[in-house]
Order: sequence, then C-alpha cells, then structure tokens
Amino acid sequence: MTKRPYDDVPGTTVFDERMSRKGYHLNQFCMSLMKPENRERFKADNRAYLDDWKMTEDQKQAVIDRDYNRMLSLGGNIYFLAKIFASDGLSFQYAASTMTGVSEEEYLKMMLAGGRSPDGNRYKHEWEKE
Amino acid sequence: MARITAGVATSHVPAVGRAIDTGQTRNDYWKPMFDGFEFSKKWEESEKPDVVFLVYNDHATAFSLDFIPTFAIGVAEDYAVADEGFGPRPVPHVEGHADLAWHIAASVIQQDFDLTLVNNMAVDHGLTVPLSLMFGQPEAWPCKVIPFAVNVVQYPVPSGRRCYNLGKAIRKAIDSFDEDLNVQIWGTGGMSHQLQGPRAGLINQPWDQAFLSDIVDNPERLIAIPPEDYIREAGSEGIELVMWLIMRGALDDQVTELHRHYHVPASNTAIGHIILKNGK
Repeated sequence: MTKRPYDDVPGTTVFDERMSRKGYHLNQFCMSLMKPENRERFKADNRAYLDDWKMTEDQKQAVIDRDYNRMLSLGGNIYFLAKIFASDGLSFQYAASTMTGVSEEEYLKMMLAGGRSPDGNRYKHEWEKE
Repeated sequence: MARITAGVATSHVPAVGRAIDTGQTRNDYWKPMFDGFEFSKKWEESEKPDVVFLVYNDHATAFSLDFIPTFAIGVAEDYAVADEGFGPRPVPHVEGHADLAWHIAASVIQQDFDLTLVNNMAVDHGLTVPLSLMFGQPEAWPCKVIPFAVNVVQYPVPSGRRCYNLGKAIRKAIDSFDEDLNVQIWGTGGMSHQLQGPRAGLINQPWDQAFLSDIVDNPERLIAIPPEDYIREAGSEGIELVMWLIMRGALDDQVTELHRHYHVPASNTAIGHIILKNGK
C-alpha cells in the first residue's frame, strides 16, 4: 500500500480509501440511526438490528461494546460513529474521552486547561519513546 | 448588482448548538465563548444581509458514503433541519435563494470548477450553528442562505489552494448577478480539534492564532498548507479550516478586520471567529 504523508501522525486514523472501503457497511449502518424508528429498534436489540447489515462480526461486536477506537480501526468514521453515541444520548466530549482512555472528568479538565498540546504528539516516534 | 460586503468565519461545534437550544449560554462554561459573538449579532442587525453564501461541511448527514461530492451547492428554495441522531435542532427551516444559487452554479462551472447541484437536502449543525451564533434565536432566519457543502470527511479532500481559487470564482459569479443584493460569505468549521482516537483533544493555540492573523492579510501562506500539516498541527478535524479559504478567496485582496474572537474549549474544539469587511 502506498505510504501517505499523514501515516506517521500518532493516535489518529485518517479516513482515506483504505479505511472507507473497509468501513462502508459499518458507516451506512450508522446513517440509519438518523431515523427515530431505527434508533428505537437498535436500542431495543443491538444484535438483532446489526444482523440486518453486511458488517463483519468484529465490526458488530465493536458496536455492541461501544469500542470507538476499535470501530475506527475497522473503517468507522467519527462523524458516522457519532450517530451511535447520539442515539445513546451521549456527547462528543464523552465519546472522545473513551477513545483517549481517561475518564470524562479528566478529559474535561484537560480541555479546560487548553487541550492536548501538539508538542510530543506530532509524530509516531514521539509516542514510541515513552 | 449583487455585491459581497463581508466575510465571516466561525467554528460550528454541535455542543454550541445544544448550549443555545437548552439555554445554557450564560453559565460559567459557555459564557466566555458566547460573549465573543455579542458584537457579531449586533453587527448583523445593522448589516441586514439579503443572502448568506454559507460554506460548511456536511457531517455524514445529507451525504452518506453512497455519494461524496467534493463541492455541492444548494439550489433549492428551502432546506429542512436534519435529525443527526438526537432529533432536529429547534431552529427555523432554512430558506434558499434559488435564483442566485443557479446563477453561481452556472458561472462557477463555466469557470472550470465542477459542482454538484443539490435540490433536496437536510442541513446539519455545520450550517445551523453558525446561523444561531450570528443571528441568535429568531422566529425565522433574517436572510436567505445558499448552502455550499465541502467534503472534508472522506480523503482526498480539496486543497486549500483549490478552495481559495474556488472562492475567487464564486466572487466573480456573485459580482455578475443582476439584482441589487447584499451578500455575505461565511466560511465555517475549525479551528484546531481532533475528535477521534487516542490523540483526541488536540488543540494548537499558537497555530490557530497565526491562522487568524494570516486569514486577514497573508492568505498566500495559508493556501500552501498541505492536508497532512492540518492533521498534524491542528488535529484530524482541523482540516475544516480549508473552508475558511473559500470565504477569503471571495473577498478583495485587502480587507478590514472588524472583529476577532478565540476561545478554548468548546467541547473538544478551539472556537475561532473573525469578521472581515470587504475592501480597505
């Protein structure tokens, strides 16, 4: 696969065709949650609702587990995945905190203090040293 | 003749819409952010634009992965407010300006930019949050809106230079519309933010501040920034800032800065806002 100039950014999945082709059905499932009747069916039984979609078992399990990093690695795009946590009544801030592995309170504190600094977070090799 | 009188840039975070819709704009968390838009609302009351050409990105709302237009112009008479997963925002529906939109589409396509024409789409927070920030909570929006959606979700996304040159083509189109209209162009999205992955929460204040300064009088530097630099320096969703360059491209080379506001945080995002009067 051709290397991309953004491949060395740490902790980041760029939604290019490599991800999009993997995630097509996962993302289209997310779109379906923009209809209230579909949200109700999904909430009533995640598994049964997901089984109507041509998703991989890994993708379905990641959705059921609400494991957003896993969904990203399986081709999910964050704006599509947002329909899942919106259906759950949860905020973007909450969802972001789960992806960074800290509590929502800790994440909120970091944001109030000015957010995550780009220093030390620009290149993968900066993360590997730690 | 129609004329572009001003450019406006602002972020368009969904949580900002929620704060407005649930009456939380005066609490400790939100007040400093909303205070920066008090000037803007008063300014709009005296400017009374007829039309806002509103550059935004659709967040997997009207466009799924089935069709992904790089540039899409709304040519409809009106637009519904989208249900993004938590019910539609309680804001007025959006009235289009079909005559001007079709004129711009024809002119811009003949200037070699391929646009997708949209007769029917719901508009999401990318479009309605800027309207709320600039106009408050009226019964009906005080002007017509031409939605212009830019793909910044599926890579490859258009370059800053392409966006800037497209802005110039849009300017030419509006200048040649044979009706006396006060038109504003808005560029929305940004500033630095990353909503996904272990690096979520990235904010780069010096980078944002430099962007705010250079959008006024050094856009040439900004149009050369490649997408990977936006991702690295301003977070994966910071790429939305290319949309500000469409706005800037549609203004004169020389502009007058009327207002600037910068605030961290709004949810995961650095809020940036600037008003540029066209010409010196």
